[in-house]
Amino acid sequence: MINRQKSITENPSVLAIFSVVLGLGFGLSALLLSGYNPLLAIKVMGYNTFGKLRFFLWILIQAVPIIFTGISVAFAYRTGLFNIGAEGQFIIGALVAALVGYYVRLPMIIHPIVVLLCSIIAASIWGGIAGWLKAQFGVHEVISTIMLNWIALYLNNFILNFPQLRRPESEATHKVLFSARIDLFSRLKEEGDWYTFQTNHPQLADVFRAPITIGILLAVLTAIIIWILIEKTNFGYKLKMVGFNKDAALYQGVSVTRSYVSAMLISGALAGIGGACHVLGVTHEVAKLAAMEGNGFDGIAVALIANAHPIGTIFSGILFSALAWGGKSIQRDLGAPTEVVNIVIGIIIFFIAAPGIFKTITQMRYQRKMRRKQ
Amino acid sequence: MAILQDIAFILGTMLMYASPLIYTALGGVISENSGVINIGLEGMMTIGAFFAAMVGYFTGNPWLGFLAGGLAGGALAVLHAVACVIFDADNVISGIAIIFIGPGLSLFLSRLFFDGATQTKALDLSKKIPRPFNGVFEQNSPLDLVFNQYAVVYIAIFLVFLISFLLYKTRIGLRLRAVGEQPNAALTMGIRVRMVRFLAVVISGVLAGFGGATLSIAIVSLFWGSLISGQGFIALAAMIFGKWRPIPTMFACFLFGIAQGIVVYVGARVQGTISDLLSMLPYVLTLIVLTSLMEKGLAPEALGKPLRERL
Repeated sequence: MINRQKSITENPSVLAIFSVVLGLGFGLSALLLSGYNPLLAIKVMGYNTFGKLRFFLWILIQAVPIIFTGISVAFAYRTGLFNIGAEGQFIIGALVAALVGYYVRLPMIIHPIVVLLCSIIAASIWGGIAGWLKAQFGVHEVISTIMLNWIALYLNNFILNFPQLRRPESEATHKVLFSARIDLFSRLKEEGDWYTFQTNHPQLADVFRAPITIGILLAVLTAIIIWILIEKTNFGYKLKMVGFNKDAALYQGVSVTRSYVSAMLISGALAGIGGACHVLGVTHEVAKLAAMEGNGFDGIAVALIANAHPIGTIFSGILFSALAWGGKSIQRDLGAPTEVVNIVIGIIIFFIAAPGIFKTITQMRYQRKMRRKQ
Repeated sequence: MAILQDIAFILGTMLMYASPLIYTALGGVISENSGVINIGLEGMMTIGAFFAAMVGYFTGNPWLGFLAGGLAGGALAVLHAVACVIFDADNVISGIAIIFIGPGLSLFLSRLFFDGATQTKALDLSKKIPRPFNGVFEQNSPLDLVFNQYAVVYIAIFLVFLISFLLYKTRIGLRLRAVGEQPNAALTMGIRVRMVRFLAVVISGVLAGFGGATLSIAIVSLFWGSLISGQGFIALAAMIFGKWRPIPTMFACFLFGIAQGIVVYVGARVQGTISDLLSMLPYVLTLIVLTSLMEKGLAPEALGKPLRERL
């Protein structure tokens, strides 16, 4: 192509921002078409995001699971694997966290670390199965991870059938012990004199009503570690090489099969930490699942919007969480369908999938400009 | 003859639960044989299920609903086709977009048309898809349990053989497969590769829409948010299990259906513990079978690769 204009799509963050703007535009038009005031919707969503510190904290807290699954998917993506199985790895991580968090008795600080390690091992095995199946038998990871998601879901339900492993009269595990929890003021809220605290420090109490966990710090830390692993280490370089061109990597003496397995082990572990953090920080238990919760799928969206950049997933995870939170607020305050958020996310991913659309548009504008010059 | 009746019950349940999978998996067969990966089947199924239930409810005619479901699935597939065929998008990422848009749009519209509810109002039982053999056999006799199925179940099986014939015995099918195997060779033979792929993706959406409609207005009588929950993915697995061929794919769907049949059968008799294990079974089985099936050259050669015109 001779008349090639440098397209905006060459810069992934610009592409992501354009897609987000277009996605929001579509969402607001959908609201307008169905008779809701889009300006009011923006106002409501804005207030519910930044209006109170507590709102923003909630958004951060809910971003933690999807940032972890996002890093998991992004990492696998960079190594040439499409991990649809973050969902199942998350379920396994959460389940192990709930069990180890209740049945193992350890002092504070050590307990959550042990729980996290157990979740990492279990979830990484779960992810590793898909890597092994691909390396050994050539089973495509998209299919094997979808199967493993369902197996994880039914395994979770199967284990919760045993009366020894669940709270009496319920479909959920015991609440994890206080020593294992990673949310602040957990004990004060449930057993201590929360009421006195509230009357003495009303403003602090308002903020701390949100279950502030150290999960978000862990997520940021993990993103940085994974970024360093991919970009700055020999090991990461080899994994990336396989993702970029597996034949070339093979000629360079990189073991492609081993790369697949290690990539999936790490990817699974990342999703598993997400599950563990969610249990230790927010839910404190796992329950029987009637359907997929969607943490893994949302993680795919988060990773794609971030162009599979680990640090980027922090921002796209928070964006995703803010959209979901804002969507709930327009449902509550305006009666507008909260599902408009899913449409927005879908449109964003659609444009990210097809950068050619932008390319064609810039091309057309460039050609028109050239014609006018002549 | 109790055991005969039990077997008949399981077979009947199998046929019923397999049919939405068959439609959707056939959609996958057509799209992927043309070289376009379609993991968005789940989203197309969902929107098909919703439109079928909505149109079926408002018009009172299940066949109009069924058709609307197919059209809705096809319309959503146009989006996938535009991205993948015209703009050479990454097929899997575009499919993920469809998986978000399909259910999102369905629930959005559901809230608009049904006063903020995330489920449609149930069809009158007489307004569901009819059962052609109802009353032909003695009630609850083994034959009745197996063959007294909704009309769409028979259409699904008919379509399997029709599409198999089209794919392997006619010029259209040969062209479709040529486009999926060797697009550049097809191009030099004068086949309009992008056109064929575009149509294949849209048809796959129509079929997935039928699959969703089968669930919402034949098997049950309404649409709700988690009605589809993963059936599109199971259909995708069945298609790969069936080596991208219509008839083996149908049997793969039967496998998932029979597992469902056994779960329903056992679930009515035994406590919950075993049913979770049984539900797990088809997925484990698929994984095991895939390990032995995955020799090279089964998938269409150009699957997921955009056309690069080298002219």
